[in-house]
Order: sequence, then C-alpha cells, then structure tokens
Amino acid sequence: MTALLSRHAENIYWMARYIERAENLARLLDVNETFSRNALGEQNWAAVIEIFSDEELFKELRGSPTTDNVIQFYTLDTDNPNSIVSQLKSVRENARALRPLISTEMWTHINTFHNQISRKRRTDVTEEKLSTFCAQVKEGCQTHTGITEGTFVRDEAWLVYEAGRALERADQTTRLLDVKYHLLLPSVEDVGSRLDVSQWNALLRSAAGYHAFRRFHPREMSPQLVASFMLFDDRFARSVRACLDRLLDVLDTLENVYKVTPSKGARRGLRALLATLKNGTVDPVFERGLHEFLDDIQDELISVSDEFALSFFADVA
Amino acid sequence: MTKAKAPKTSGAGVPSLLAGYEAGEFYCELTGAPDKPARFAAPVRKLLQSLDMRELRRRAKEAERELYNSGITFTVYKKKDAIDRVLPFDILPRVISKRDWTTVERGVVQRVKVINAFLKDIYHEQKCISDGVIPAHLVNDNETFRDVMKGVELPYDTYAHICGVDLVRDGQGDFRVLEDNARTPSGVSYVIENRHLMQRAFPDLMRNIGLKHVSNYGQMLLEKLSQVAPPNVRDPQVVVLTPGVYNSAFFEHVFLSQEMGVPLVEGRDLVVNQNKVFMKTLKGLEPVHVIYRRIDDDFLDPDVFNPDSALGVRGIMSCYLKGNVTLAKAVGTGVADDKAVYAYMPRLIEYYLGEKPVLRNVDTYICGEPEGLAYTLDNLEDLVVKPVGGSGGYGVVIGPRASKRELDKTRKAIQKNPANFISQPMISLSVTPTLMSRGVEPRHVDLRPFAVTGEDTWVLPGGLTRVALKKGSLVVNSSQGGGSKDTWVLE
Repeated sequence: MTALLSRHAENIYWMARYIERAENLARLLDVNETFSRNALGEQNWAAVIEIFSDEELFKELRGSPTTDNVIQFYTLDTDNPNSIVSQLKSVRENARALRPLISTEMWTHINTFHNQISRKRRTDVTEEKLSTFCAQVKEGCQTHTGITEGTFVRDEAWLVYEAGRALERADQTTRLLDVKYHLLLPSVEDVGSRLDVSQWNALLRSAAGYHAFRRFHPREMSPQLVASFMLFDDRFARSVRACLDRLLDVLDTLENVYKVTPSKGARRGLRALLATLKNGTVDPVFERGLHEFLDDIQDELISVSDEFALSFFADVA
Repeated sequence: MTKAKAPKTSGAGVPSLLAGYEAGEFYCELTGAPDKPARFAAPVRKLLQSLDMRELRRRAKEAERELYNSGITFTVYKKKDAIDRVLPFDILPRVISKRDWTTVERGVVQRVKVINAFLKDIYHEQKCISDGVIPAHLVNDNETFRDVMKGVELPYDTYAHICGVDLVRDGQGDFRVLEDNARTPSGVSYVIENRHLMQRAFPDLMRNIGLKHVSNYGQMLLEKLSQVAPPNVRDPQVVVLTPGVYNSAFFEHVFLSQEMGVPLVEGRDLVVNQNKVFMKTLKGLEPVHVIYRRIDDDFLDPDVFNPDSALGVRGIMSCYLKGNVTLAKAVGTGVADDKAVYAYMPRLIEYYLGEKPVLRNVDTYICGEPEGLAYTLDNLEDLVVKPVGGSGGYGVVIGPRASKRELDKTRKAIQKNPANFISQPMISLSVTPTLMSRGVEPRHVDLRPFAVTGEDTWVLPGGLTRVALKKGSLVVNSSQGGGSKDTWVLE
C-alpha cells in the first residue's frame, strides 16, 4: 500500500475541519437568532463577532453590527474567510486537491453542496429565513459526514480526517457555550428564570443535545448541568471530552498501526487537558469563570493543532 | 389555424429518430456512403430508430448534469475563481466496425513502433540522417531536441509511452493520420467516463450489442509503466506528476492516478536524495521509480531546463540520466510529433520497418523539396499551408478561405524559406448523426486512439471521438465548439 502524501494529509485535515466549522457556524447562528428573538430590548448580534474575534475585519467590511450585517457577514460574504460560503469554498478547494483519494460520491456531494450555497442571494438569508438556511447547511454538512463514513478508505487518511473533525468539533463546542456567556452574563436573579432556562434549552438544541441531556437529567436544567454536560460528559458526541478522547485515540492508532509518530508535545498537552476534563467538576469552573475556562481550552487546542501541523505536514526535505 | 401536434413516440408510421437525416457529400460513420453502405452498423441504426426523441433529450440533459456534478470537467480560470466546464457530450455514439478497428489498431501500433525507433536513432547514431531519409536540420535544429538525451539508454527503448494518433476519415471512408501526439495526449479520461455515462443513462441503447470494453485502461497503463521501471526494482512505485489543481486537465490527472491506484503528486511532493527520487509522505520519504509526468520538459528540472520552474523537481534529471527513475514520456520526444517530421513518417515507416504504412498520412507536400514546393505554389488557393516546428511567426493558412493578400503574403514566406512549410489538401472529414436542437443532424468527427507502450504496445479499443457541434465546422477542439461522443468498437 502506498503511504499518504504529507500534502494530502494536510488537505484532509483542513477539509474535515472546515466542514465541521461550517456546520457549527450554522448551529451557532441558529441559536443566536433564537436568543435575539427572546432577548428583551436590543438584539445582540455583536456577541457572535466577539466569539470569533472578528471585530476588526467586520468593522472594515460591514461597519455597524446590525442583524442583517452580521448575518450577511457570516453566511454569504466571500470577503470574510470565516463565512459559511468561504468555508465551503475551502472545503471544495481541499477536496479538489484530494480528488485522487476521496470517493466520487464525496466529491460530487461537496461540489453540489458548495454550488447550492454559493448561489444564494442576500434575500435568502434574511433574519426570518436564517433558520431555514442554517438547516440546509447543517444537512449538507451531515450528508458529507455520512458519505465520508460510508465511502472513505479506512487507512491513515481516514484517521487524519477524524483527527481534524474531532479537534474542530471540540473547539466549536467551547464557542457555542461561550455564546451564552457573551450574550447574557447570568446574574443572580436571572439564574433559573424562564428566560434563562429557555436559552439553555435553545443552546442544547442547537448542539443536537437537548434530548440527550434530558435522558440523563430528566428534571433539572441549570447552567452548571448544561455546561458540565457539554464539557465533561463523554456520552454526548459533541462534548469536548468525547471529541478529545477520540482525537487521542486517533493519534495512538496512527503511531501503533501506521507507524506515524506525531510530536510528543501534541499528545502531552492533550493528555493533560483530558485529565482536567475527566476529573473536573463544573463548580470550580463557574467560580473561576466559564469564559476563562473555555478560553484556556481553545488555546490548548490551537497549540495541539500547531504541533500536529508541525509533525505531519511540515516539509520533510 | 391549428398546428399538428408532434408525435411522441416512433411507432409504426411515425417519423423515427433518423428520418430526414442526410449526410450529404460526406462519408457517414453510421450510414456509410451511397456506394459503400455501413452494413455493420445496421443493429445500431435499428436501436436508434426505436428511441423516442423527448425521452432521449431528457436523458441527455441528465447525463450532462451528472458530468458537471461529478466534476468531469476541464477548468477555466477567471480572475481568482475556478470555473468548471463540461466538455459537451453527445449521446449518439460513434460506431466503428470490427474490421476498421483491426486496421486502425495495426496502424497505430506500427506508427508507435516507428516513433520510438526514430527517437532512439536520433539520440544515438542518427542513421536516418546519414542515410538521407530526413534532413538533419529538422532533427538537430528542432527546439524540442534535447542534447542531454544523446547516448542515453532507456528500458525497452521506449520513449513515447503514451501516444495519441489523430485520425480523420476522408470522403472515401479511409482513415488518414492528421497528427501524432507523442508528448501529452489528453482526453483518455473522457473515453472511459463517456462509456460509464452511457452505461448508466442508456443501458437499453447498449442492449444486445457487443462492444469492446474500455474500462481496463488504468490496469494496462500501470502494467506498461511498471515494465519500464529501472532494472532491479521488484515492486516499482509509479506516480502521476501533475502541475497541480490549477491545470485545466487536472481532472484527467486525477482520473489517471485513480484508475491506476497510484499517488497523484506535484513537484513539491518529490525530492531528490543521492540521485534517487522520493515522495514526502506521512511516514517519511518513500522511493519513486516511474513517473507518468503531465508537465513539459521545460518545467521538469530547474537545474537543467527552465530555471524559474516551480512545477518540477530540482535534480530529477541527474536521477533520470543515471537510470534510477523512469520518466514517461521520455525527455526530448517532442521531435517525433513535429509537423515537419510528420510529413516524413511514411518514409520513416518504410526505412525502419520495411513496411508500407497501414494508415496513410493526409497527402502532404514538403516545401523543402522541389516537387512539393512547385505543387504548393501552383495550388496555393486550394491547400492548407502549415508552418513546421520552430519556424515561428506564421500560423496555418487555409487557402480556400484566405484573401488574395494573405495568399500573396504566404507565397512570399514560402519562397523565402521553403523548408519552414508543408501543405495539405482540404480534407472532407466524415460525419455522424448528432443530437442537435432541431433534431438529428450530421456533424464532423475525428478520432484519437490511445496507445500505451512499455515492453510492447497496447491500444485502447476506440479512443476519443471529438465532434464539431457547429454546423459545417471542421474544428473539433473543445475551445471552439467541440464536444465528444462515446466510441463503440463492435465485437
């Protein structure tokens, strides 16, 4: 069997990350729309910009953070590399380079999906249509995941794909949780209020986690429980812990089965992070501040990704 | 006034698909000529007659969409965007009889044999020159002649591993060679994809008709390429080298690597270490033995050729000249598909093989020879004048369509330097039924069979049929309104 080209490994890694990122962005926009509708007074779309640290670019391209501006910026704006349409374009460009490795079904779907979304007009993503648009993006991304699961050859390329997906998903779950922090800092009187509960409810639903959450916590709904579920519970597919468990698994298999040795640093950092997640309880996290905790995880994931790139994709010549 | 409604099906008494089809003065691939009816195609004609036009159009449309969505495209770049275009596909197949195919196959094999013998000769003793078969300047002054190849030995003396021979059929229905493509003939991916498409969209059309299959191209290509691996390599690693995703033929490069099951690499994936070539993989450096390259000589190695090339691999030529890696095609094969050398091909066939050409050239007058020059100047307004390799500055002049001024200018250019020109009569290309908006109409076609050579030569049955979709047009190129068809070689 022929070994995987380093360049192709890099393409696979980013293809997986971008498709996961597009799906999560759609989830996040969807949940934010729900929040905005329920919030009293001013709508707060600026929070989304903060979550992705896009303040500067947004100001340059769009100016004031009106609902319409933010939605356009994150959906169809081709000048914004972080918009859904730009991410799908990156997926397609990576997939194009990967044509010799991916199945025809994968390529055909990515091509069709990209064309379908890039044809959308401003009027297709107005506030009232945003939810429909997001649903379409989610469905497209999930179809990709399904086709990939069903057709991608199970060699090291598949593992690299899984690694990219797991890492991105963990990162995006922290960002989704962060929305809540950014939008409304829970004040003492708000906690447990109807508004608060409905927002946590929406957050879980956007991560396809509401029903899962209810199976384990049929009666309660508190910020602590939801955060704990999304961070620590390995029964939930999008929890940070479940994702990082998978990531570590993949790195181990790459080494043991394929004799591909990722940098030691990547795994050391990852193991430490996982230990925190496995033994962690949510109370200290809230005491210190959820946002700060999420920030730390994101930093760690960035350094894992950097290490990953360094040990796998760097020019070996 | 009421209009009669068009019939939906072609039942009894209803005009059928081919009713009203008139090939005119041209030889037709499906019906033949008045004095030469194509009896072999009767079953195919019968099948086509039974088809319903609306259903046919619906499926043709679906087929085109499928081509687009699955990315069987060539890429055009506009500013920063990649635009994928589908080569128009006509669903009415081009049919070749078993007998005709046997001739074509024999002719292509003969031609490839001579192309390789000629290349071996010009990079060694140059006997064809000392024996006066071909003028020295056509070889040694040719800009694609590579001094670096002098005296280099190649496995099985194979230079042109992949050849495409462009054929047309003249008014008499005889195949003629229009051009040899010994460098990077493209289009083989369409041959196979067109067939797959036909099998999915028109299974009923192919029922009970025995066709030679084409789907083992990748397997044969890999077999032939493995044969020419450097000696003492047991399990050779073959790769396809592409200029990258921005190349308009990238889809074909993907296709070739997928069909062979070998990596598709770019120059930056390869590295030279101690006169051997390696590719950079997740596991580290892995050796590479045979490179099917889709980049030209000029870009191959910045140390030897174009120093600015970022597409190639630094140092690869030294590995090649030491015999540590095989390049397919070899370096310096361009001489063999030069237009002037083409004119000498019939003589080269006689010279190297002592045989008559199985496939004749289009009649060609060599202006570098007195008779050819005299004939060309006397009949300029009826001929197509072509500049030969490296002469530069002048394009092809089509006598019957040129103005008096253009003809005068051409006459002067020929007189000034006769050796820079050849001339040929206008050829009336054959036609075949093609589905157009008004119905089924005759359109001109050519044929490019593909030959793969390692230890010996294998020819893919059929080849690429290109069709000029514009009425009356003889230009089959995709950039000028050309499309393609499935090519059926009958069993």
